[in-house]
Amino acid sequence: MQALTNKAKQVSRKPMSFMEKLYLPAIFKGMMITFSHIFKKKPTINYPEKQRPFSPVFRGLHILNRDAEGRENCTACGLCAVACPAEAITMEAAERQVGEEHLYKEEKYAAKYEINMLRCIFCGLCEEACPKDAIYLSETFTPADYQRKQFIYSKNELLIPHPKENEEAYLKALGNRPKKEIVK
Amino acid sequence: MLLAIDVALLIEKLVLIVVVVFASLGIAMYTTFAERKVAAILQDRRGPNRAGPFGLLQPLADGLKLFFKEEIIPNFSSKFLFILGPALAMLTACMTSAVIPWGDKVELFGRTIDLQIADVNIGILYVFGVVSLGVYGIMIGSWASNNKFSLLGGLRAASQIISYELAMGISMIALLMVTGTLSLKEMVVQQQHHYWNVVYQPLGFLIFLICAFAECNRTPFDLPEAENELIGGYHTEYSSMKLGFYLFSEYINMFISSVVMATLYFGGYDMPFVNEAALAPNMAALVGIVALLAKVVCFIFFFMWVRWTIPRFRYDQLMHLGWRILIPLALFNMLTTGGAILYFSK
Amino acid sequence: MNITTILFILLSVMAIGSAVMMISSKSPVHSVLWLVVVFFAISGHYILLNAQFLAIVNIIVYAGAIMVLFLFVVMLMNLNAETEPIKNYRLQLVGIVAGGLLLLVIISAIMKMDVEHLVQTKDGDAGLIKVLGMNLFKNYVLPFEISSVLFLSAMIGAVVIGKKDENVN
Repeated sequence: MQALTNKAKQVSRKPMSFMEKLYLPAIFKGMMITFSHIFKKKPTINYPEKQRPFSPVFRGLHILNRDAEGRENCTACGLCAVACPAEAITMEAAERQVGEEHLYKEEKYAAKYEINMLRCIFCGLCEEACPKDAIYLSETFTPADYQRKQFIYSKNELLIPHPKENEEAYLKALGNRPKKEIVK
Repeated sequence: MLLAIDVALLIEKLVLIVVVVFASLGIAMYTTFAERKVAAILQDRRGPNRAGPFGLLQPLADGLKLFFKEEIIPNFSSKFLFILGPALAMLTACMTSAVIPWGDKVELFGRTIDLQIADVNIGILYVFGVVSLGVYGIMIGSWASNNKFSLLGGLRAASQIISYELAMGISMIALLMVTGTLSLKEMVVQQQHHYWNVVYQPLGFLIFLICAFAECNRTPFDLPEAENELIGGYHTEYSSMKLGFYLFSEYINMFISSVVMATLYFGGYDMPFVNEAALAPNMAALVGIVALLAKVVCFIFFFMWVRWTIPRFRYDQLMHLGWRILIPLALFNMLTTGGAILYFSK
Repeated sequence: MNITTILFILLSVMAIGSAVMMISSKSPVHSVLWLVVVFFAISGHYILLNAQFLAIVNIIVYAGAIMVLFLFVVMLMNLNAETEPIKNYRLQLVGIVAGGLLLLVIISAIMKMDVEHLVQTKDGDAGLIKVLGMNLFKNYVLPFEISSVLFLSAMIGAVVIGKKDENVN
């Protein structure tokens, strides 16, 4: 039979020689192999103290963005929900009232915005679909929880911290991912 | 007559017993930790490092966990024997240390104290006797569990220990022919003046070592517990601290058999290249204890190293090795030793 | 009453009591375990007689090996009270007669004994390994060697039995 690769090794069926029958040399060889592993580098990292950097294209938990003055970008257009292949996003739109200009950037905003993290496949299509740079995927995991309903994230949990009231947290949540260019 | 006991001697021996038992418990505790750490290091992992500095409190955490676990005694099992099993295993494991010379004499409070609980003239036979009883703990526990897997584990333990005791005994006879004494203390003294016994009995040592692995139920001879075919073997039904006792007795056995091997074949508390007679007695005793413990640590590491290198034997391979290789080899060793003694004594 | 007498009484009670328990207990496994206790009591007696070697050999051979094999067999056969064969009254009668005869022999032997020099506790040295060795290899060398040859042949026999039969295949 023609071998597909040259990795296959023919098993020797020869009767064992005396030295092989003693087994001790083979055992000694095996012991040396395990002993040599004492000096090998350990691939484990001490997780909470030391964290591996995410790759620049990592897609983690969603964040609802604000602009520099702290106004919500989202206009509840529903493009993200349409783009979502897992149907994880639901939202309800509301009209901006007079005096709410410091809260919402445009006349329409999302009164309710929910993402079901159990459904979400973190494909990032919502981020691509968004014309207002209102949603993007951050560099964090979805933390574990005891109940399924905890995984339906509401708007409060998704919103980025206010850039003026809590600048540090805002910058941290913004992360280092390259942002896509907003099409004007 | 009743009151004529030497009170000071009694106290001295009591203190010694307490110290030895607690030391062996402590060492066994940290052997469990060392086992996990060595396993990790040999497998390029880190091992337990969360409880305390470098994970040093891990054995305490393990012990606490075992203490607080729910105790389950299966129905239809003999309750007394079920509890007796682990108790016996622990008892026999702790009893062996009585005849081991831990060091030379110490002078304390104007008394010369022998660092040996009992220097009986049958020392090594005592070790043998207690080791041969160790299987009762396993067998009783396994039978009382009323579980087929446990029973199989117990039966394996019994046949394995009996088979390997034979080869161990014969290899030991060859050693006794060389030393001419059964007292462990005298053996150590002899080895202080001559070479270590391993020089005279390399084959005997090898057989003894293999049998010691089998007697301790350590890999590659851990068929009685064989977690993947017998689901833990004799301790399948055990939980809580009773399970802890079984696991713990294994580590104490490992410690004690390391001590016995160090004493029989590697000079016991004899530190090589150091003339103990030239040192102050207390200093010499300290050096002796350190030497013995260092040898023991090496042996324990060896036990673990083998565990993470060699896979478990199949049952027929085990019997084949015991009856058809080790026993003839041990007989051969005995014969050649006898011949050599005859030849050289002429 | 000195400490030796107290120990003697304790050990005797232990030996006889567990022997009775061994006969009377229903489960064979319990019987075996009681027998192990009997052996321990007897070893204790040996130690009282300053025969440490005999004591420890008794433990190694009887308690450590033979009784383990017994236990092994009993556990493997899974005997219990339900599977116990129906007792034959004639067999029981035979047992009683045989046991009674043995008792008579023992009683007559005890009657004839020299009560003055019954035992040598503590100072006796017949059971010490050196004396025993001298005795075995000087006074009883022929029977000793013959029995050792017997044991050796038994051991070789075990190895031969364990050997695979090459003709089978």
